[in-house]
Amino acid sequence: MSRGAFSAIGAAAALSIALTGCSSSSGPTTSTGASGTSGGNLVVGVTTDPDTLFPWKATQFQAVNVLTNIYGTLTEFDKDLNVVPGLAESWKPSEDGKTLTLTLRKGVTFSDGSAFDSKDVKASLDKIMDEATAAVARASLSSVKSVEAPDANTVVLHLNTPDAALPANLATVNMAMLSSDDTEEKLNTTPNGTGPFTLKKRVASQSITLARNDKYWGSEKPKLDGVEFRVIPDESSIVSAMQSGNVQLAVFNDPLVAQTAEGGGTITVAKTPQLNYHALQLNATHGELKDLNVRLAIQCAVDRKQVLDTAALGEGEVTGPITSPVFKSDPQQRPCPTRDLAKAAEYLGKAGKAGGLTIKTMVSQGEYATSVNEAQNLKAQLAEAKINLDLEVLESGAFVDRWVAGDFDAAVALNGGRPDPDGMYGRYFTSKGNLNKVAGYSSPELDKLFAEGKATADQAKRKEIYAKVSAELENNAAWIWLFTGYTYTGTTSQVKGFVPMASGSLQYLRTTTLG
Amino acid sequence: MRNRVVRRVAGVLGTLFGVAVFVFVMLRAIPGDQITAGLGTEAAALTPAQRVALEHYYGLDESLFTQFFSWLGNMFSGNFGYSARSQQSVLDLTLHSLPVTFELAVFSIVLALLIGVPLGMLAASRTNSPRDALGQVVSLGGLSIPAFLLATTLLSVLAASFGFNPNGQGFAGLLDDPLLNLQQMFLPALVLGFGIAAPIQRTTRTAVLEVRSNDFVRTARAKGVPPRRLQVRHVLGNALVPIVTMTGLQFGYLLGGAVVVEQVFSVPGIGRQVLLGIQQKEYAVVQSTVLVIALAFVIVNLLTDLLYRIIDPRVRAS
Repeated sequence: MSRGAFSAIGAAAALSIALTGCSSSSGPTTSTGASGTSGGNLVVGVTTDPDTLFPWKATQFQAVNVLTNIYGTLTEFDKDLNVVPGLAESWKPSEDGKTLTLTLRKGVTFSDGSAFDSKDVKASLDKIMDEATAAVARASLSSVKSVEAPDANTVVLHLNTPDAALPANLATVNMAMLSSDDTEEKLNTTPNGTGPFTLKKRVASQSITLARNDKYWGSEKPKLDGVEFRVIPDESSIVSAMQSGNVQLAVFNDPLVAQTAEGGGTITVAKTPQLNYHALQLNATHGELKDLNVRLAIQCAVDRKQVLDTAALGEGEVTGPITSPVFKSDPQQRPCPTRDLAKAAEYLGKAGKAGGLTIKTMVSQGEYATSVNEAQNLKAQLAEAKINLDLEVLESGAFVDRWVAGDFDAAVALNGGRPDPDGMYGRYFTSKGNLNKVAGYSSPELDKLFAEGKATADQAKRKEIYAKVSAELENNAAWIWLFTGYTYTGTTSQVKGFVPMASGSLQYLRTTTLG
Repeated sequence: MRNRVVRRVAGVLGTLFGVAVFVFVMLRAIPGDQITAGLGTEAAALTPAQRVALEHYYGLDESLFTQFFSWLGNMFSGNFGYSARSQQSVLDLTLHSLPVTFELAVFSIVLALLIGVPLGMLAASRTNSPRDALGQVVSLGGLSIPAFLLATTLLSVLAASFGFNPNGQGFAGLLDDPLLNLQQMFLPALVLGFGIAAPIQRTTRTAVLEVRSNDFVRTARAKGVPPRRLQVRHVLGNALVPIVTMTGLQFGYLLGGAVVVEQVFSVPGIGRQVLLGIQQKEYAVVQSTVLVIALAFVIVNLLTDLLYRIIDPRVRAS
């Protein structure tokens, strides 16, 4: 190699370093969100792009967050998770509770300009109920017998049984109202909704950009010109992008990352208690766990605060079964609200297992940050009560496979919560629930209570009923509920008017401004 | 000669077929499928009829035999499959991500050579001296500091202290915005280059020492060849074969192995494409992309062999 070649490489290196050097000042200003006037484009940092743009099949957090801003639902949740009108202006159950009449909002259009009316509602609900569609929210409509559209602005749902949870069930993006002319194939690439934003551009694995929907029906129009969901796969890298002013909002999972973000001083982190809950799921149809006394012994031998402190840096709250703010269970009402090893030993004695026993417990690795630490702390605590948790650490795909099949004795799990307790647990703990195989517990008493809860429209009475459900679950130690974590919403100082929700939803991008 | 070419091509095809079978089998041996990967635990709520509908949608209801050969057959006609997640053909995805990784790999190799070769020559110029120790320390650092740590630290420190983070701006293609693109590629290339510089430094050191002990070097020096010319032209020139071999190997590895750095710096390269494919259990994406990476590896190896013929007259002669 000649000396000339060496010099050329040297010059190239010098040039690249110079390029990098002179850019440091231009970095933040080229960021789209920093315009400072009303409107502007907000950049949201996300770790992955949506795995689908079809709302009826979207369960991934990132997909739900994008689609919530594009599509509309008949009802919605407000910031406290109360059910409020959406595309339906009002709804009224009949005297016997067996029909629900919804009055639709007038003048709503889809982003392609076509009008929204009862025909679209009927078509949407019928398709969600059709098994061939494979819509994930199908079971939420199990009480619906048929859908009728007597005129353009009225929809009547005929029910098999009264269903007080139905209005709340209609509020998720999995129940999005689609135009009757649209197909899944078409919507996969060109979403067409009634939400506050519309899809402008998508670059796979890199970004999804939404533009304001000027025809949005809400009294308050969205203020941002657009929102870009920018894919930055690593949460720490999102923090760096926020510190350098390239990203203005992000939702973090990892408590450690949230702490780092807050420590820098440029990012404000809001903590919202989640609906999702961490639990030690027991399968009461398997082996030793069939015995109520064994389950109660586990219940009494666990100090939940210790699990929370050691596994999750104390970032969260000890919880009972129901996590929704409106129906929240009181964790002090459970048997052994504080750890009681003597009581645990007594229960084990009653079960005839005074000498101890072993329970196989599966744990997922990689699904969420704290799983293995939780399992190890539980193992250490239960060992003191002569209960040996035989931990089986599984890759998340393997864990989900076995979870779905109900093929486990016990499992350390992070399960999704829902605003309505019927939607949250009816499917698990009723004998006919579609997840009862996974829950491993049901009783005639619970069946009765859940049916009553569904049939009661009065909110105060429903609260009483679900308090009883909660007590029934804990007194029988169906599972060991541990704690709920936080959703961390990081924002830079420019972001105003965003309201984080317990569901982690980014619904309030529509009220957000960049100051 | 002709025999050798035929044998070589047959070897390449055999390797690729082996890779295809291996990836296909491995993917299906991992628990879970695209349905559970997409829906997670919600998959438990599917009715049997819903499950059948989804299996048909994802093509999981075909026999494994049919799945394998229809995929392989389609590959030959340029149909690499379709990614439901990104609603794009795998060919399109690859045409976007492969050049990105290729650029990153070239950039990294250039930086690695710039760090490794001079350091190796420096270390060899006087063995067991402080400068040799410096070379050893740097190469030890390159080998032992994990890329993810170096990458995260660089990114966090530069962003938090100087507000410098070109990678936070959304990726810019080389042709769309060359200036921003080079900035975005610099840190990832530096991290990768630093790691690769270590083996290159060591190889250079050993090769240079070996060549220097040859008679012709002494002869050249006796003839009065200036020291610098002697080092570069006579010593380094003859030490190039092992360096090129090592560089070729590392380049091939980079084409598939840049996953971590691409992840940290949000570079939409081919490593991330495979990773996302595995996470979502998108069989077509993983199978086709891995095959493309294998092909690239094979081509790089071939080019390395050809390069020998240029730099070493003895290979040409044989």
